[in-house]
Amino acid sequence: MLQLSSLTKQYKTGDKALTTVDLVIPDGQVMALIGPSGAGKSTLIRCVNRLVEPTSGSVQLNDTELTTLSQGQLRKMRRRIGMIFQEYALVERLSVMENVLSGRLGYVGFWRSYFRKFPQSDIDEAFRLLERVGLDHMADKRADELSGGQRQRVGICRALIQNPELLLVDEPTASLDPKTSRQIMRLIRELCQERKLSAIINIHDVLLAQMFAERIVGLQLGEIVYDGPPDGLSPEVLTQIYGEEDWEATIEKVEDEEDEDILVVAGSAIGGAADDAAGAN
Amino acid sequence: MSLQRIWKRPPMIKSSLLRWSLVVGGTFYLALALGTMEVNWGRVADGLPRAERFVMAFFPPDFVSKFGAIMDGIYESLWMTVVSTVIGIALSVPIGLGAARNLAPRPVYLFSRGVLAVSRTFPEIIIALFAVKIFSFGPFAGIVALSIGTIGFYGKLLAEDIEDMSVSQAEAVKATGASWFQWLNYAVQPQVIPRMIGLAMYRFDINFRESAVLGIVGAGGIGATLLTSFDRYEYDTSAAILLIIIGIVMVVEYSSGYIRKWVR
Repeated sequence: MLQLSSLTKQYKTGDKALTTVDLVIPDGQVMALIGPSGAGKSTLIRCVNRLVEPTSGSVQLNDTELTTLSQGQLRKMRRRIGMIFQEYALVERLSVMENVLSGRLGYVGFWRSYFRKFPQSDIDEAFRLLERVGLDHMADKRADELSGGQRQRVGICRALIQNPELLLVDEPTASLDPKTSRQIMRLIRELCQERKLSAIINIHDVLLAQMFAERIVGLQLGEIVYDGPPDGLSPEVLTQIYGEEDWEATIEKVEDEEDEDILVVAGSAIGGAADDAAGAN
Repeated sequence: MSLQRIWKRPPMIKSSLLRWSLVVGGTFYLALALGTMEVNWGRVADGLPRAERFVMAFFPPDFVSKFGAIMDGIYESLWMTVVSTVIGIALSVPIGLGAARNLAPRPVYLFSRGVLAVSRTFPEIIIALFAVKIFSFGPFAGIVALSIGTIGFYGKLLAEDIEDMSVSQAEAVKATGASWFQWLNYAVQPQVIPRMIGLAMYRFDINFRESAVLGIVGAGGIGATLLTSFDRYEYDTSAAILLIIIGIVMVVEYSSGYIRKWVR
């Protein structure tokens, strides 16, 4: 269970990114965090593993208070939190395998990692994960040789090999095409279900958030303005999160998740409907 | 719509007064400077035949009569180059890391930048002058001078490359719970290494050429042989030495290009 209590972040420039955020995420819950750019989504998840230091408030992961940990304890704690990044953030000149194994860095000593002599169990796990996402034949390819969707899958393997208790996911689909985006979101959700992992997913795409998350939290100017189920996102709620816009098309029900082609068609039809609606106005 | 809106590219210097005074001032100074330069055309004319005799004395280059001395000088130069490049780079890695703003705490950063600034202030030949005074004549003084020069060059470029690295890649490795050294090895090193290998080759090239100059102040290397041949008016031997230097620099240049392509 992750518990944020009156978490506040104020940057040195004076910008208040988060204002007394309270949030509880039970084990195994996949939560989508939506909100306009600059609402504090990235700051929020980075405050959890302290890539950004919170100004005040508390973050508790399974009863460990994270905000007061020393540097050494912080490193140990970060092993328990997997992170998936916007634009993948793979180390481009390292191989796929090295990128995946870098998720074990917190568990092995410096010289072992320097000579790439990871324990056999780590290597087995890496191959198993790569196989799970269909990339085991790419293990020795350099990360920059992969396509966007493949890279994000490697990023997912890197996070999962940490054997985390929590996943922080920052805009996983920001630079992927619609189909790959869905595949990646589906993969993240399946893996979370398989491992009973809870996840916070920052995402811009409201439709994707509704499809793949069981709970949606809307952030606006550093404050939570919506917290509820995906189908509770009414035009009024979206207006409150993002501002005035015609939201009818965005919250169209999309239920058939398995058949991608239909989804894509439905997506474009929705896009067309939105244009029509805008034209009518 | 008869109203036409005029657009011109905004000038780089906004104030037209400042702009024009810079143009006029610059032109005026240049005119004055050219006018002040005194060229004694008579002396230039006298010098031309001397130059011709001088250049002709280089031909044909004589590799043979001082072969032993030339080879000793070349070997010494190459040895100085290898040793000073290795030592210089080894020392510049910690200093370069310290001089990267995104890595080092403020005091370390300022100290490392200070070291780099000092070693970059003096040309190798000046440092060699000091080194010769301190350690007396010989290649050791040259090695000291070249190593210090290498630190300034390599450390600064390493620091700047680290400052330009991708933040997200670095963040991703940090988020796995990696230690600082692991983070350096997995996130920073892969990003900077190709450029650093290229720069190491380039610095090797520079150090070799510099080693030819350092001999003039008594800091060892082929420069000493070259100076001796000049002093004895053995210009054909000088020509041979110069050709060998050019040849080696070309070989280094070619192979560094090849290696750089290979490590990318």
